[in-house]
Amino acid sequence: MPELVNLEVFRYSPEHTPEPRFQKFQVPYNKEWVVLDALNYIKDRTDGSLSFRWSCRMGICGSCGVLINGEPKLSCATFLPSKSSKPIRIEPLRHFPVIRDLIVHIGDFMTKLKKVKPWIIRTNESPLSEGEFLQTPDEMERYHQFSHCINCMLCYAACPIYGLDPLFAGPAAIALAQRYNNDSRDQGAARRMPILSSHDGIWACTFVGECTQVCPKHVDPAAAIQQYKLTAALHSLKSVIAPRGAA
Amino acid sequence: MDSPAHDVLILGGGGAGLRAAIAVAQSAPELRVAVLSKVYPMRSHTVSAEGGAAGVVAKDDSLDEHAYDTISGGDWLCDQDAVESFVRAAPQELTQLEHWGCPWSRDASGHIAVRAFGGMRKMRTWFAADKTGFHLLHTLFQTTLQYDSIHRYDEWFATRLLIDDGRVQGVVAIDASTGRIQAITAHAVILCTGGCGRVFPFTTNANIKNGDGMSLAWRAGAPLKDMEFVQYHPTGLPFTGILITEAARAEGGYLINKDGYRYLQDYDLGTPQLKPVLRSMELGPRDRLSQAFVHEQAKGRTIPSPHGDIVHLDLRHLGEDVINARLPFIRELCLKYQNLDPVTELIPVRPVVHYMMGGVHTNNEGATPLPGLYAAGEVACVSINGANRLGSNSLPELLVFGARAGLAAADYARSAHPPSDHVEAQAADEIRRLHTLLHRKGGRRIADIRVRMQSAMESGAGIFRDAKTLCDAANEIAELQSADVSLDDHSLTFNTEWIAALELSFMLDVAQAIVHSALSREESRGAHQRTDFPARDDSRYLAHTLIYHRHGDAPRVDYLPVTITRWPPGQRVYGR
Repeated sequence: MPELVNLEVFRYSPEHTPEPRFQKFQVPYNKEWVVLDALNYIKDRTDGSLSFRWSCRMGICGSCGVLINGEPKLSCATFLPSKSSKPIRIEPLRHFPVIRDLIVHIGDFMTKLKKVKPWIIRTNESPLSEGEFLQTPDEMERYHQFSHCINCMLCYAACPIYGLDPLFAGPAAIALAQRYNNDSRDQGAARRMPILSSHDGIWACTFVGECTQVCPKHVDPAAAIQQYKLTAALHSLKSVIAPRGAA
Repeated sequence: MDSPAHDVLILGGGGAGLRAAIAVAQSAPELRVAVLSKVYPMRSHTVSAEGGAAGVVAKDDSLDEHAYDTISGGDWLCDQDAVESFVRAAPQELTQLEHWGCPWSRDASGHIAVRAFGGMRKMRTWFAADKTGFHLLHTLFQTTLQYDSIHRYDEWFATRLLIDDGRVQGVVAIDASTGRIQAITAHAVILCTGGCGRVFPFTTNANIKNGDGMSLAWRAGAPLKDMEFVQYHPTGLPFTGILITEAARAEGGYLINKDGYRYLQDYDLGTPQLKPVLRSMELGPRDRLSQAFVHEQAKGRTIPSPHGDIVHLDLRHLGEDVINARLPFIRELCLKYQNLDPVTELIPVRPVVHYMMGGVHTNNEGATPLPGLYAAGEVACVSINGANRLGSNSLPELLVFGARAGLAAADYARSAHPPSDHVEAQAADEIRRLHTLLHRKGGRRIADIRVRMQSAMESGAGIFRDAKTLCDAANEIAELQSADVSLDDHSLTFNTEWIAALELSFMLDVAQAIVHSALSREESRGAHQRTDFPARDDSRYLAHTLIYHRHGDAPRVDYLPVTITRWPPGQRVYGR
């Protein structure tokens, strides 16, 4: 008799299961399997209606974030525990509206991402014929960590502030804004400031640090937020000294 | 009928699709451009590309050398006019990405750094550590956000091209979140849906790579080109198929057999040196390395594993600092998914289906023979890749031809007429077909058919094929095409099973095209190796395969001569 793993999977379908519930499944234990393999086993053999997102299976596309025993995780990067006496509980990421089973609506993040202007802003364009902008490895180091965000939404599911205040821009969007602010090629920090330094920007964050804990790519959004708080505080001090922006 | 919803509709939000969208938005801000993608654009499979993007930039390099490497790497099946224009445009596109913020790795002075890559005689591969595709895709996606003229249909799935009077006029698509089916009309459609690796059981390709665009075009009457040329990457992790980039070998990794022997030296790929040598040994082309694995396996010198035989990739001598600086993602993938550390341990690897050289037949501007239909990226076949693509040519390809297809489609859209009522009737037919499928019961499970298709393709159309294995695969695919699938899920809200059933039928089309193209080409060239026809035959096959769909019948195969400009067919020489 092969070892079996018990799963409890969140089910919700507005058409067929309007009352959310947990459904129990058993899958064979395989030491090479991640939680996503177990979900696919169920979908392929037992219940084709189980709904979840996935694509790359190598932790880079950011599609497959779920709660595993309450923790935000990528299901493709979380191995099945062996000899687990308790069932593994799989739920959709918290703080997002659920569309179906494990699939959540991330439209709010997509809107917020655009608002922080995550692209290179130049006040003076230089033609391609002049070649690349020079950027030393040290200059790159200043933003590189923040550029690794895969938009997997684990940090939003972990952030208690986002849970309480849906207007909060949130960890990933702020980290990506800071990714461009810190880039030596960018000249757009002033244009991002009104959004970032508003009430719903960085100041909502009380530095719980959960975002950094759960990030599968070590982006450290909490550091981005703290960095920006300092920038914004200095800016507001300077505006007292030189209100017309002479500094 | 009213004017269409969009001037240019792009299917697919990966590298090619987003580059095309920006090209339209910048060159023609007045045009209404839309990107329709079955996943959010930043989930697209471009994200998984690791090693880099080739473009001539070093002082000791030249465009002719990049062209020659590409053409010889492609075993002389590349169109040389296309290759010449591609290598000219590549450096500019890569610089454009730099201006948009792509964090290309740099040398100490702040200039772009380049690395070696397989089959390339000079160091010309730009890279962003070993996450080049990820950075390229996110840079493009974030850049598109500043253009309000780019409309997005996120998580929509296109099921059919609408054709009126011989011209493509839009698509029918399902909005996944609600199940709503809608005709989306457009003057021009650009296919940027990527490849079809999931036709095979063991692939680096993401779950979404089902040949959607290839099948859509094929059913609408456009020919597919060179579909027999399927690239096996020599180094994938067993079981998962996760890609271990060629950059690992470019940085100095060794491929060794069960005796710790660098076996590539036995296959006319050069003699082993301590440091990597360009176009030699581990830096030979992918087709030759994957074939060498099969020969080594036949000699009993590979290592058995629960997931097929393997050899080892040895990075230990590179040291932790080099691995962390140049191959951090490879280390992360090995640690997280294979439970081993390449700093101290050998990486088990085996050849894995990675890339489709073939695709929808296009010209150098990305236009297909169907008016109003364009294609760019892996879904298309221009062809710059010929019988075997060189590593690091696919990312610049999707930029160069994505941008060109965008410009060409925008030009076409300006002078196109609105569609007639005929497309409404087509859309109504398609909606009926989709609803019938949604409610189907009593047939076979999707996974059963998919597994049988994949196994038929591996045994029939793998690294080595012959008439017998291909005929068997053709028969199996034909049988699977006529099988009824049934669904457990009959709801409209985010029905992933409904979409999987449609993807399966796209994959079966692509499988059929691959097998019949391979059966027809009675020679061995690049990635197409026929054991019953082991030699290259330029007298008969210095030509592209064009395969046409025929309803209820075997496809029709035709040939189109290769364009030769300056490099007459010659021997492929590596390591000497």
